[in-house]
Amino acid sequence: MNNKNKIITGLIIFIGIITFPFWYNMGKAAPGIEPELSAKARAAKKCVRSASYMKAEHMQLLDAWRESVVRKGERIYVNEEGKQFNMSLSNTCLDCHSNKAQFCDRCHDYASARPYCWDCHIDNPKEKE
Amino acid sequence: MESSRRRFLQLAGISALGLGVGAKPVFNAFAKDHGEAAAPQFQKGANALKAKQWGMVIDTRKIHSLHDLEPIIEACKKNHNIPELKNKNHEVKWIWEEEYHHAFPGKANKFLNEKAEHAPFLVLCNHCEDPPCCRACPTRATFKRKSDGIVLMDFHRCIGCRFCMAACPYGARSFNFRDPRPFIKEENKEYPTRMKGVVEKCNFCAERLAVGKLPACVEVSNGIIAFGDLYDPESEVRQLLKTNYTIRRKQGLGTEPSVYYIV
Repeated sequence: MNNKNKIITGLIIFIGIITFPFWYNMGKAAPGIEPELSAKARAAKKCVRSASYMKAEHMQLLDAWRESVVRKGERIYVNEEGKQFNMSLSNTCLDCHSNKAQFCDRCHDYASARPYCWDCHIDNPKEKE
Repeated sequence: MESSRRRFLQLAGISALGLGVGAKPVFNAFAKDHGEAAAPQFQKGANALKAKQWGMVIDTRKIHSLHDLEPIIEACKKNHNIPELKNKNHEVKWIWEEEYHHAFPGKANKFLNEKAEHAPFLVLCNHCEDPPCCRACPTRATFKRKSDGIVLMDFHRCIGCRFCMAACPYGARSFNFRDPRPFIKEENKEYPTRMKGVVEKCNFCAERLAVGKLPACVEVSNGIIAFGDLYDPESEVRQLLKTNYTIRRKQGLGTEPSVYYIV
């Protein structure tokens, strides 16, 4: 290696530039976001399913609800404990989670998810009254 | 050569069998993982009204002027968040008034009685037994519900191609050319609105039948509209059909409309 010094300095500078975004942003990561529970949701203790299931699978659950209500006309959901719920986004989910901005939107914004539920489903039956 | 191929196939067959047997417990474990104990279920509501084919009998003898129809149309608009659009081309209609000539084009004689000539007729989706709109729909967004014969829309699936509008011989379908939200006079929070780019129509108040209520229009109609199961000989509609002469819209097309008119 004839140009040992030049090559090594070049490499160090190159790696420095390439990794610049990582060390520049070190320790500045935006904190994860916690959805805020409304008083009614907190009092109910448990959602339709367990909290971990709802966190991970609420979109699949809503999709299954949609299919059942719209296409089969079956509107009552019976969970594992035998408790019954009317399957309705606006009237059941948002009845407890009446703080859509702090509950739904906050997480969706953070995850950059843009569900178009609210194009049709009226966001907040309670607040608008 | 001959024997080595046979040998190879034998070996391959045996190892495939072995794999199948060996993998079964693994698959079973996966299956168990998914099928949880007491899986959640979907049910119909306890009060839900049931029928084989919902139908309507509209007594046009009781309709004298637009005044009689306004509350009916208004109740529907209020219940389903139907926008009030001034532009006739953008209008959204579920149930509306129509003159005899347009409602019953095949039956409009050259010389008609006063009543047919001037009184308004109430028209809506006929919830046909053989609906052409459902055949036209490429996404099955509109479908005939097997359980009660209602022709329904799944707005989630509608791509707005409007084939169903072209296929419907009754003009019972409307397209949302613009966002309907700003044009809804009074929002009913219980029912969703629609968005720009979907087709909508009368749903025989499927959401009300599911909780044991009659359709909104029937409830406020003062006896103009009767509602019931066309396949139940004891139902109110069948009694009316038995005792009165009735007509249906464009019956010759073979769509078998479920809305009858006493004239």
